[in-house]
Amino acid sequence: MEKKLIKLIVNDVEYELYINPKTLLVEAIRDHIGLTGTKRGCETVSCGACTVMIDDMAVKSCSVLAVQADGRKITTSEGLEKNGELAPIQKAFLDEGSYQCGFCTSGMLMSSEAFLRETKNPTEEEIKDAIEGNICRCTGYNSIVRAIAAVAKGKYAEVKS
Amino acid sequence: MIHDFTYLKPGSVKEALAMLAEHADECKVICGGQSLLIVMRQGLVAVDYLIDLKGLDELSYIKYDDKDGLKLGATTTHRIIEKSNVIKKNYPVLTAMEEKLASIQVRNWGTIGGNLAHADSAGDPAPVLISLGAKIKLGSKKGDRVMPLEDFYTDLFETAMEHDEMVLEVHVPPAPPKSGSAYQKFNLLSSDQGIVAVAATVTADKGGVCTDAKIVLGNAGVTPIRAKSGEKILIGKKLTDKLMTEAGEAAAGDADPVSDIHASADFRRHLIKVLTKRMVKNAWDQATKG
Repeated sequence: MEKKLIKLIVNDVEYELYINPKTLLVEAIRDHIGLTGTKRGCETVSCGACTVMIDDMAVKSCSVLAVQADGRKITTSEGLEKNGELAPIQKAFLDEGSYQCGFCTSGMLMSSEAFLRETKNPTEEEIKDAIEGNICRCTGYNSIVRAIAAVAKGKYAEVKS
Repeated sequence: MIHDFTYLKPGSVKEALAMLAEHADECKVICGGQSLLIVMRQGLVAVDYLIDLKGLDELSYIKYDDKDGLKLGATTTHRIIEKSNVIKKNYPVLTAMEEKLASIQVRNWGTIGGNLAHADSAGDPAPVLISLGAKIKLGSKKGDRVMPLEDFYTDLFETAMEHDEMVLEVHVPPAPPKSGSAYQKFNLLSSDQGIVAVAATVTADKGGVCTDAKIVLGNAGVTPIRAKSGEKILIGKKLTDKLMTEAGEAAAGDADPVSDIHASADFRRHLIKVLTKRMVKNAWDQATKG
């Protein structure tokens, strides 16, 4: 085994890591970089708690090797807020109470954010499909769907003066 | 715990094939890794070298023309196939299948070549592609070869690939006029694999007689299974409700399902019977409309 030097751009910050190539992206993010918003759940590509965005695509970081993300742009839940202000989807989750225990929340946020970036005026069915890869064991799906719909409808759009 | 490996990142197909030739018996090819990393973590796959095709754009393509049909490069992601307009227009069954394959996250990173090479009998693409008459192109340092996808699967998670070969491309012939295809899996969560799945492609002639039928069963045995006795009942006939029911019953007989935590073998056979009839009817309606 030969260690690899890789560069990850996480939430616009560059990190150089010297790692065993079997290191999973979720391990690189949590254990090497220290951003623990991203959760380790099932580790079998089922639950979606580890969802992050790679180049704006939602992926499950438990099932991507960190070396495969070398040089790519990664966004985690910590990267959603801008200048100390929560992102629209985070505000909507708060307003709609879109979590109970909170373990699925960061993954849900990342799937929601990736979906909202690529879909304008979604239907409720499309919103439900968008979070098909994220499991909430407290079964709070309706409040999550409401939060995504609220953002899609522009409730949290910036008011331009 | 994943076994330690040396990570190899080829910059071209040629380089990848050279690496494969050098490490044939001690390596595995990874691309999306959405299935492979799970079995590596479980210790079921432990290799000394991992050859990573992710980002190898040379194999990421969708080509279509009316004469040759569809060519999918091995590293094309499921999500790109799902969103392709040319596929939606010419092979809507492939689009519908991709929309129900695992979850968005998996489709964003996982690839068609990886899915087929992993040879999970519950995989979604293989039954649909086999029913469409697809071929698979394999490459090695010694040269390329093409075989019907149907012959690619030899046993549980086993394929006809030699250790120094990898999947390069999938080729789907043009859909004949007056043909139709349908696919459905039975599952409890939309992002799950099918407890069983059935794909059917049928072709009609001008007189409304079925000239060709392919019924393929997923997760009904150790490999995707052609339900040939079901097909025989349909070919050469004007399809009726009764014939489709008989084809379903025959397909259930062609299956060789297991009993496991998801369903008993008997229940799987029942599902195959019902789904086969539905898929044949759906495909036949498409083939004979207008």
